[in-house]
Amino acid sequence: MASDTLPAAAAEERRPADRLEAVPVRHWGRWVAAVLAILSGIGLIGSLAKNQNLHWDVIGHYLFARLVFEGLFTTLWLTVASMVLGLALGTVVAVMRLSPNPVLYAVSSLFVWAFRGTPLLVQIIFWGYCGALYKHVMIGIPFTHITFFETETNSLVSGSVAALLALGLNEAAYASEIVRAGIQSVDEGQAEAAHSLGMSPTLTMRRIVLPQAMRVIIPPMGNETINMLKTTALVSVIGAKDLMSNIQAVYAQNYQIIPMLVVASLWYLLLVTLLSIPQSRLERRYGRGASRNGHVSPLQRMLAGTALRLPVRGSGPNHQKG
Amino acid sequence: MGTPMVHAEGVRKSFGRLEVLQGIDLTVERGQVCCLLGPSGSGKSTFLRCINHLEKLDGGRLSVDGALVGYREHGGRLHELREKEVAERRREIGMVFQRFNLFPHMTAIENVMEAPVRVAGVSKAEARADAQRLLDRVGLGDKAANYPSQLSGGQQQRVAIARALAMKPKLMLFDEPTSALDPELVGDVLDVMRQLAADGMTMVVVTHEIGFAREVGDTAVFMDGGVVVEAGDPRQVLVDPRQERTKAFLSKVL
Ligand SMILES: Nc1ncnc2c1ncn2[C@@H]1O[C@H](COP(=O)(O)OP(=O)(O)OP(=O)(O)O)[C@@H](O)[C@H]1O
Ligand SMILES: [Mg+2]
Repeated sequence: MASDTLPAAAAEERRPADRLEAVPVRHWGRWVAAVLAILSGIGLIGSLAKNQNLHWDVIGHYLFARLVFEGLFTTLWLTVASMVLGLALGTVVAVMRLSPNPVLYAVSSLFVWAFRGTPLLVQIIFWGYCGALYKHVMIGIPFTHITFFETETNSLVSGSVAALLALGLNEAAYASEIVRAGIQSVDEGQAEAAHSLGMSPTLTMRRIVLPQAMRVIIPPMGNETINMLKTTALVSVIGAKDLMSNIQAVYAQNYQIIPMLVVASLWYLLLVTLLSIPQSRLERRYGRGASRNGHVSPLQRMLAGTALRLPVRGSGPNHQKG
Repeated sequence: MGTPMVHAEGVRKSFGRLEVLQGIDLTVERGQVCCLLGPSGSGKSTFLRCINHLEKLDGGRLSVDGALVGYREHGGRLHELREKEVAERRREIGMVFQRFNLFPHMTAIENVMEAPVRVAGVSKAEARADAQRLLDRVGLGDKAANYPSQLSGGQQQRVAIARALAMKPKLMLFDEPTSALDPELVGDVLDVMRQLAADGMTMVVVTHEIGFAREVGDTAVFMDGGVVVEAGDPRQVLVDPRQERTKAFLSKVL
C-alpha cells in the first residue's frame, strides 16, 4: 500500500539497502562540555592540593589511624545490623499492614506513624538516655509480682545497642513502606494461582509474592543502605564510637576540623562505593525471568550495540510455533 | 454414578449491592466435561472461582466430590474452614486462568514442580521427573528450562495446565483458557484439553469456543445475568436452543 502512494521521484532515488551508510548524529556539544569539565576539575584539584589550610599532612596521618579503623568497623556493623533489623522488622510490619486483621493493621500503622513522624535524632537521643526513663527493664506479667527477667537498663542498652535500636526501628518504618509497595506491585493473579495449587497464604507470600516483590524492593533498599551508612554519623551524639564519633573526638583535641572531616568523607565515599556492588548482584538474582533476553549490563549493551542491531535471531512468539 | 464431582444448589454471590450469582444449580458427574457459556459479566468466572473457594459464597450449597467447599457441616451448622483446611481441599482442584498466571521468576519446570515439592512434600528428584513427563505430555518437553517470558502465550498456557495437573487433581477448572491467545495458538491448547477429557478428567470449562464445547462437552450450561438459562446436551443447547436469550447469544458469537 505504501509503495503505491510513494512519489515516483523518491522511488527512483532509493538505493539497495545494503549500500546505504548510516551516519550517526555528531554530538559536538558533548566534546566541548567534556573539555570544560576536565579543565575545571584539574583547577579545583590543583587549588585544593596547594591549599595550606587543608593540612594534607594531618589527613595523611589520620587516614589510616587505629582510631579511625575502629570507628570504621563500628560504622560498618552498625549499618549492616540496622539494615538487617530494619528489613526483617519492616517486612513483618508490611505484611501486618496488608493483613485483613484490623488489630494487626492498627498496630503496624501506629508503629509507622510514630517512627516516621519523629526526627531520627530525637529517637537516637531517646534510646541513648532511655535509662533515665526506665531504670530497670523487666519481663513479667503486668500488675503481678511474677518476673522472668530483670536487669538495669543502662547495662542492657549500651551506646551501640541504643544506636542499633534507634537506627533499626526507624529504618523498619521506612522499609515497611518499601516492602509494602513491592508486595502490592505483584499481580494478584500470582497469589490466586498459588492458592489454587493448595499453597497456604504464608507459603504463597514467601515463595511467590516476596521473590517477585524483591525486584521493586531492592533499588530503594540500596538507597536506604547507602543513606544508613552516612546516617550512622548521627549516633555520635550518644558517643557510640562510630567513625564520626571518633573523628569528632580527635578534632575536639587538635582543632583540625576540616582535615579530619576530609578523612571521614574519604572513608564514607569508599564504603558507599563498595556497597553499590552487592546491589547490582542482587538485582540480577531477583530479575531472573523478568526479560526475554536475560540480564545485559550497560557496558555489555554498549559493546554489543552494533551486534544487537543486526537481526541475529528471532525469539518472538511466532518463531516457536511448530 | 455415585456422588457427583460438582454439585451446586442455589449458589448465591454478591459484590456489594450487585448480586452476581442469583441461585445457580448445576451438577457435573465424574469424568464429564461441563462447558459454561454466556455473555460477559454473566458470572461465569465468579461461579468457577466459587468452586475452589477463591470467592466465598453468600448462600446456597456447593460441594466437590461430596465435601462442602469452604465449610464443614457439623451438628446441623456450617463451620467456615481455616485457611489451611481450605488450602488442603484446593490441592484436589486444578485451575487454569485466562492470563496463565505462571510464576515469572521460575522456569517452566520449576513452575510445575513448585506445588508438589512445597505442598505435597514430594522429593525434588521425583517432582522433577514427574514435571518433565507432564511437560512432555503437553508437548513442551524441550522448553523445561525456559522462563515464562521466553514462551509464547500458547506455550505458557500449556505449562499452566501441566502445573495444575502436577497436583494430580480430580477436577480441573478452566477460565477462558484460550481467549488471551492469538488465533493460531488456540489449537495447541485445545488439543491438550481434548486429550485430558479423553483421559477421563472431570472438567468445568468457561469458554467462548462453541466448536470445542459441542465436540468435547458432555453438558453445556448457558448463563446470563447470574442464573442458568439453559443446560443440557451441547449438541442440543448450542445447535437448537429453546430459550430466546441463548439463541440471541449464539447468533452473536457464531
Ligand atoms: N471482585 C469483584 N468486585 C466487584 N465486582 C466484581 C468482582 N468480580 C466480578 N465482579 C462483577 O461481577 C460480574 C460478573 O463477573 P464475572 O467475572 O463472573 O463475569 P464473566 O461471566 O466471567 O464475564 P467475562 O466473560 O467477561 O469473563 C461483573 O459485573 C463484574 O463486574
Ligand atoms: Mg470471566
